[in-house]
Amino acid sequence: MSAMRSTNRRDFLKKCLTGAAVLGANGRMGLLAAAEQQEAALAKSRVVIARDAMLRGAGTTVDSRRMLSLLDRATQALFDRDNPTETWNKLVRPGETVGLKVNALGGRGLSSNLQLVEAICERLQEAGIKASDIVVWDRDSDEMEHTGFHVSTGGNRVQCFGTDRVDYEQELATHRSVGSRLSKILTQRCNVLINVPVLKDHDSAGVTIALKNMYGVIHNPNKYHPNGCNPYIADLNMLPEIRTKMRLTICDATTACFEGGPGYKPEYSWKNNALMVSQDPVALDYTGWQIIERKRAEKGLNTLEGEKRAPHYIATAADAQHRLGTNDPRRIAVVEV
Amino acid sequence: MSRELDVREGQSPAVRGDRSPLSCPLDRRSFLQCALASGAALGACEFAQLLAPISAWAGPQKQDDSRFTVEAKFYQKLPNNKKIKCKLCPRECTVGDRERGYCGVRENRGGTYYTLVHSRVCAAHIDPIEKKPLFHYLPGTLAFSLATAGCNVNCKFCQNWDISQVRPEQVPADYAPPKLVAELAKQHDCPTIAYTYSEPVVFSEYLMDAANAGHEAGIRSVVVSNGYMQEEALKTAYGKMDAVKIDLKAFSESYYKDVVVAELKPVLDSLVTLRKMNKWTEIVYLVVPTLNDGDAEFRGLARWIKTNLGVDVPIHFTQFHPEYLLKNLPITPVPTLERAKAIADAEGLHYVYIGNVPGHPAQNTYCPKCRRMLVERVGFTASRMLIRKGSCPFCGQPIPGAWHA
Repeated sequence: MSAMRSTNRRDFLKKCLTGAAVLGANGRMGLLAAAEQQEAALAKSRVVIARDAMLRGAGTTVDSRRMLSLLDRATQALFDRDNPTETWNKLVRPGETVGLKVNALGGRGLSSNLQLVEAICERLQEAGIKASDIVVWDRDSDEMEHTGFHVSTGGNRVQCFGTDRVDYEQELATHRSVGSRLSKILTQRCNVLINVPVLKDHDSAGVTIALKNMYGVIHNPNKYHPNGCNPYIADLNMLPEIRTKMRLTICDATTACFEGGPGYKPEYSWKNNALMVSQDPVALDYTGWQIIERKRAEKGLNTLEGEKRAPHYIATAADAQHRLGTNDPRRIAVVEV
Repeated sequence: MSRELDVREGQSPAVRGDRSPLSCPLDRRSFLQCALASGAALGACEFAQLLAPISAWAGPQKQDDSRFTVEAKFYQKLPNNKKIKCKLCPRECTVGDRERGYCGVRENRGGTYYTLVHSRVCAAHIDPIEKKPLFHYLPGTLAFSLATAGCNVNCKFCQNWDISQVRPEQVPADYAPPKLVAELAKQHDCPTIAYTYSEPVVFSEYLMDAANAGHEAGIRSVVVSNGYMQEEALKTAYGKMDAVKIDLKAFSESYYKDVVVAELKPVLDSLVTLRKMNKWTEIVYLVVPTLNDGDAEFRGLARWIKTNLGVDVPIHFTQFHPEYLLKNLPITPVPTLERAKAIADAEGLHYVYIGNVPGHPAQNTYCPKCRRMLVERVGFTASRMLIRKGSCPFCGQPIPGAWHA
């Protein structure tokens, strides 16, 4: 879902007039140019990167309290709010059912962070979402348990399980190159989707962050890995069940991977102690890709383009046929907090 | 991908997820057909009892992966990052640790590649062998037919996509080790085990072991395959087969790329290799309206077969039915199939059949010399078989095939 901010006519005129006053004698052309600049500035997708060097204190485990604080900083910056209640009230309403699509493929070393998921659940409940209306999920319960999640399928607790517990829809959902059965968790258990991927290198896609995490929603991801997963990832994210429910991506970049992904390889991972949040998954993926490229350069590795696995699917997701967000760095505002 | 389930009554109820494939593999209609075809007095209750040890499927539930997981035979370990390169099919998937290949049934675990479908049977039936279709191989007999999940292509018209285009853990399956398969085939008077329905390329290891077990018990093996396979794997795995049916999806690379998600040339290479191996081979060509039904394509195909395989290789032009991702096209008109046959006949092929059209006279086998009918078929049964000692009883023309068990 795009985070491009719109402006109403009144605001636009107000800002144009302000621009005119400042520009003074530059005339009509100058006025229009200023307006366009102003418009372009307003249309930027925002990607917030929040860091905490002391996230793990002196140890190796993420500190829950600091994680909650880091999440608040990230989300408040994204939504321009002063406190977490206002922030989450802007995102969800009581009565909604919320799915947190985590990524548990990388085992304990490189999966969606448990403390992060707990922090999100805490804020959702404070915003009026019942615990039992929150589902933490991925494709397979065993994989989730291996990562440290506790499978929970009843009572008034936060629900936590894989699609293996409820199966996929029988009917195919299709868009261009994609024809797949969707997880019933997505179709029947939640009307709001919060994507909680991990910042990772990927041996065929180049990187796997927000958009590719949706491969965990379908029954046949193996069919969509040829050609660097392009255009499959973009086509998949066009499915209405995904596109209309997606509200926010909170990318776990506390431990990230610059090579050898998506499996966990300690030698190619680094403690980044950061979260990335955005409502534009394309902008977030583009930004994450640049972070991985910088890390690769720092480690003396070839670029992903040089390795013939640049994530071209990001550009496809932004093209005129998809418009899932922007990959134009001039239209992405990266905010570090 | 098999076309043999184009006639839907043979489709496994288990595939639809409502009961075990091996606990009751036949519906009443199929059972009666098979019983009539073989003349065997096989009771449905006997059948269910015989296969009772196989557990019943009751919705989504965990399968014990470990019993189905065996190291794959055709792959190469790569030097970096525990990656492997699969050498089973021409796709040659490079698979990272904890990832699967395109087929979805082979997984890299720490740099070792595993098949997840050894003995993991998701569909099993007793079919007339004509249903494969194999028309020149033991006509009038039954084939103990089975499949695992998975496929190495993704045909937009697949009739069995609910087992071929899924991961093994997503479909009900039972444990059927090779010896059990051979025993069951023998007990039910099936002279052959048929690997079919999904795509046997992806369960090559199981197929090889089951073929060995079958041969030890005096049971032959036949495979129904897309032929999209590397040469070494083909020679090793299908070297154990007694007969092969190849689905040649089209005679153009563009169709293979767009509709099948594969390539034509490796399939043609496989057909030539099978010919050199002296494997009895029949070809099915599913005629899809507007996509692979041009005269030039039919003619090119017939000429290629004549030049590279010879005029005695049977070819079946079969009728398409809208399914899976190709629901916008109509059923193939019978005149289109007849046109394909006429072109292939004119090019000199001796055994050109029309399939999926019950009652059509081009289901029968005719002597290429005297034109007399030699095998009459009704539905999937051979109702009259006149071939004697591999020859036409009227003119003595040898008729290629394996006519008697």
